[in-house]
Amino acid sequence: MPRATSKRKAPSSTSASVTASDVGSTRPGKKGKKEVDKIGSLFDVYANKTLDMIDPEGIVSLCSHLGVDHTDVRILILAWKMKAEKQGYFSREEWRRGLKDLNADTIAKLKKALPGLEKELISTPKFEDFYAFAFQYCLTEDRQKSVDIETICELLNLVLGPKYCSQVDLLIKYLKVQSEYRALNADQWRHFYRFCKEISFPDLEDYDSDQAWPVIIDNFVEWMKDNKHS
Amino acid sequence: MGSKVIEFNEGWDYLQRGITKLKKILDGTPDAQFSSEEYMMIYTTIYNMSTQISPNYSQQLYEKYGEALKEYIKSTVLPSIAEKHGEFMLRELVKRWANHKVMVTWLSRFFNYLDRWFVSSKSLPRLSEAGLVCFREHVYQEVNSNAVACVIDLIDKEREGSQIDRALLKNVVDMFVEVGMGQMEAYEMDFEAEMLADSGEHYSRKAASWILEDSCPDYMVKAEECLRMEKERASHYLHSSSEQKLIEKVQHELLVVHAHQLLDKEHSGCRALIRGDKVEDLSRMFRLYHNLPKGLEPVANVFKQHVADEGKALVQQAEDAASNQQGLNGAGAEVGLVLVRKILELHDKYMGYVNGCFMNHSVFHKALKEAFEVFCNKSVAGSSSAELLAGFSDNILKKGSSEKLSDEAIEETLEKVITLLAYYSDRDLYAEFCRKKLARRLLFDRSGNQDHENSFLTKLKQQCGGQFTSKMQAMVTDMTLTKDMQTNFEQYLGSNPNIKPGIDLSVVVLKTGCWPSYKSSDLNLPEEIVKCVEAFKGFYDTQAKRRKLSWIYSLGTCNLVGKFEPKPMELVVSTYQAALLLLFNDTDRLSFSEISTQLNLTNEDLVRLLHSLSCAKYKILIKEPNTKTVQADDNFVFNYKFTDKMRKIRIPLPPIVDEKKKVTEDVEKERKYAIDAALVRIMKSRKVLSHQKLVMECVEMLQRMFKPDIKAIKKRIEDLITRDYLERDKEDSNMFKYVA
Repeated sequence: MPRATSKRKAPSSTSASVTASDVGSTRPGKKGKKEVDKIGSLFDVYANKTLDMIDPEGIVSLCSHLGVDHTDVRILILAWKMKAEKQGYFSREEWRRGLKDLNADTIAKLKKALPGLEKELISTPKFEDFYAFAFQYCLTEDRQKSVDIETICELLNLVLGPKYCSQVDLLIKYLKVQSEYRALNADQWRHFYRFCKEISFPDLEDYDSDQAWPVIIDNFVEWMKDNKHS
Repeated sequence: MGSKVIEFNEGWDYLQRGITKLKKILDGTPDAQFSSEEYMMIYTTIYNMSTQISPNYSQQLYEKYGEALKEYIKSTVLPSIAEKHGEFMLRELVKRWANHKVMVTWLSRFFNYLDRWFVSSKSLPRLSEAGLVCFREHVYQEVNSNAVACVIDLIDKEREGSQIDRALLKNVVDMFVEVGMGQMEAYEMDFEAEMLADSGEHYSRKAASWILEDSCPDYMVKAEECLRMEKERASHYLHSSSEQKLIEKVQHELLVVHAHQLLDKEHSGCRALIRGDKVEDLSRMFRLYHNLPKGLEPVANVFKQHVADEGKALVQQAEDAASNQQGLNGAGAEVGLVLVRKILELHDKYMGYVNGCFMNHSVFHKALKEAFEVFCNKSVAGSSSAELLAGFSDNILKKGSSEKLSDEAIEETLEKVITLLAYYSDRDLYAEFCRKKLARRLLFDRSGNQDHENSFLTKLKQQCGGQFTSKMQAMVTDMTLTKDMQTNFEQYLGSNPNIKPGIDLSVVVLKTGCWPSYKSSDLNLPEEIVKCVEAFKGFYDTQAKRRKLSWIYSLGTCNLVGKFEPKPMELVVSTYQAALLLLFNDTDRLSFSEISTQLNLTNEDLVRLLHSLSCAKYKILIKEPNTKTVQADDNFVFNYKFTDKMRKIRIPLPPIVDEKKKVTEDVEKERKYAIDAALVRIMKSRKVLSHQKLVMECVEMLQRMFKPDIKAIKKRIEDLITRDYLERDKEDSNMFKYVA
C-alpha cells in the first residue's frame, strides 16, 4: 500500500499467535455472536489504543502476519473490501465489515482468503469499483481532488500492472517524462483503465483523438507515435 | 334511306371505286376530286351497310378499312420509298406520310358511322388511330432505321459546314413524334438515342484532336461556338425535349471528358490565364463550366492555388527583407507595412476577378477566402500577422502617417483592413494590439483625426462584436472627458493662485480597466513636479471624492529649457528624463550610482534613460568613459556645449517593454475565460451534449473572435469537470452533463 509507514514493531506478533490457536473452537448456531467478538478482538490486537483504529504500524504488523508485503495489492483490495476511508488506517467498523464479508475471524482464515480476493476482481464491475476506490483512497487531504504523478505511477503498476503490463509500463514511462501535469484527477484516472481495456495495443489503431479522451491520454498516444519512429 | 338491303359485294364494289378515286387524288392526278354527291353516296352506303339489321356488315367494313390502307401501302407506298435513297428517300417518306394522313382523313369521313357506334361497342381503336397504327406497322417499322441513318448523316454534313434542307428534317422529325401517337417512345428510342450517340461520337473525335492542337482559349472558343450551333440546330428541327439532352452530350464530350487536360494546359490553361490577367478567356471558362455539375470546382481550385501562392510569395518577400534588415524594429517596421499594403492590393485585384469574370459566384468567393486564410495568418520575422495588421491600421490612423492619404482614401483603406480581418483567425489578438496602439496615439497626441478613429471602431464592432471595441470606445471618450477636466483644473488654479505650482501642468485622467495597464515605478520626483502633482491632487479631490489616482510617470512628457552656452534650447523629454536632467541643476557631475540613489529607478530603466541622453543622437550628457553602452561605473557630466540648429528638439525614450509578449499572454488568458464561458453557456442550455458537438458549438460560438485550439478546449472541459460544472455520463464517456 502506498504511503504506509515503513516502521515495523514486534510487540503485536505475540498476541497474533494467541489468536491463531483459537481456530475451530466455535460452535455452529452461536457462530454469529462469537465471530463478531473474535473479529473485534482481532481488531484490538492491531489497533492503536488511543485512536481505536488500526494505524499504519498496526497494518505493517498485520501484513507481516499475513505474509504479504504492505505494498502488496492484496492489502489494497482488503481496504476496498472494508470500504476504508482513510489511507493507512482501519476503523473498527471497517475491519468488521471487511472480515465478515470474507468470513474470516482469524489470521489464518484471513490469509486463506487472500487469493480469493484477487479472483474476485476478475469480474469487470467489481474491478471497476476497486479501481475507482484505489484512487479515492489516495486522496488524503480534505477537498483534495488530484493525486501526484509519482503516486499515480505506483498505483497504476499495482492495480493495472498485472493485467495490462505492456500498456502500464509505457504509460508510467510517459507520465514520468511529461511535465504538463503534475497531478491527475479522478476523471483522468478512470480513463487509464478505459484506455487499457478498449484500445488495441501497441498499434493504437482504434484510438480517436476527436473523442472525449482526456488530453493527457491524447498526449500519451502522440508520444507513443512519435517514439515509434525513433 | 331505303330499306333495301345492300349485299356486301355490291356495296364494296361501289366503295372500291371511291377508294380508287381517292388514290388518284393522292397521286396528284389533276382534276381528281370528290363531288359532294359522290361523298354523300359513299358515306350513305356505308351507313346503310352498317345499320341494316341483317346482314350487318359493320365488322367486315371495319376490316376492309384496314385492308384498304394496307393494300395501298404495300402496293404503292413502300415500293416508292424503297426505290429511293438518301435525301430523296426522306422526301418520298415525308410525302407519303402526308398522303397517308390525308387518306386516313378521307376514309375516316367515309367510314365515320363506324366510329360512332361500332368502334366503341367492340372496344376497337377509332378509325384515325387504326389508320396511324397501320402506317406505323407497315411503313414506319420498315423504313425508320434507314430514315434515322439518313437524317443523322445530314446533320453531320451540316456540322461539317454544308447547307442542308432543315425543313425536310423538321418534317421527318415531326413524323417520328406523331407516329408515337402521344407517347414519345418512337422518337426517343428510334431517333433520339441514335442521334445523341452519333453526336457524342462526332464531338468526341473533334475534341480529341482539338485538345492536342489548340490552346485552352482557342479550344474554349470552339467549344462555345459548337454549343451555340447545337442549340440553334435543336431549336430549328429537333423536338424541344432533345435540346437539353443534346447540349449535355456535347458539353460532356467537349468539356467534361477533357476537363483536366484543358484546364491544366501548361502555357494557356487556367493557371496561365489567371497569371496573364486574361479576363475575357476566364469569363468564357466560367460560362462554359458553370452549368456542369461541379464544373467550376477545378477552376476554383486553380484560382485558389494561384492566389495562395501569390500571397505566400509576398510573405516570403517580407521575410527575406526583414532578415536583411535584422528584425522588424525601426526601419524594419516598414517591411510589415509594405506587406500589408501589398496584401490589400492583392485582395482588391482578385476580388475583382471574383466579381467580374467569375460573376460573383459563391464557389469563387469561397476559394478566395480559403486562399487568403492560407497566408494571412503567417507571421513574419517573429511578429504575428495580427500585430502586422495592427501596425498597419495604426499607421493609417496616426498623424503624419507615411501613407499620406486623403480622408476618403483613409476611410476606404480602413474599410479594406476590416474586410481583410475576416481571414485572420486571431482577431482578438489584433484587437488587443489595436488597443495598445490606440492608447499610444491618444496619450501622445499622435492621433490623426477623431472621426476616423470613431469610424474605425464602428467598423471593427460590426466585424467582431462589441466586446472588443467597448474598451477602445471608452478610451476615446476618456480623452474628451479629460479635456473638460483640464479646463476645470485651470479654472481652479485661476481661483486659487496660491496653489499654483509655477509650471504649466496638463493631466490626462484615464479610467482604469479600459486602458491597458501601465507600470510605473516609484520615481523620486524633482520638487517642481511634486508641487504640480499636489496641486492637481487637491483639485481632483474636489471633483471626485471617492476616487483614487495612480500616477504613471513613465508616460509623461516635460518641456525643459536647457541653458546651454551656445544658445538656450527647448528640450521635449519624458518625465523620467526630465527628473534625471534636473539633478544636474545642482551639480555638474554625477556617477551612475549617485543618480541611481537619487532617482530610485531600476538599473534597467536607468541604463535606458542614460543611454538616451548620452549615447544617442543628442548628447545632453557626456559619458565617461565614452563607450557605446552605459555601465554601472560610468560618470556623467552636463554638456554645456551642446547645441543643435533647431531651437526645440525632442529626445525620445524608447520603451523597453516587448509589447508582443505581454499582449500575447494577455490574450491567451482572455481566451481561457472566453472558452470557459462559452462551454458553460452551451452546457447550461443543452444540459446533455456529446463531446464532438460541444467542441463544435464552442468553436462556432467563438469564431468571431478567434479560432480556438481543440486541445485548449479539451483542457478547459477537464478543468470544468474538476470544478464540478460538468460531469461525464456514467455509461457513455463521450457525453457530458451540466451540473446545476
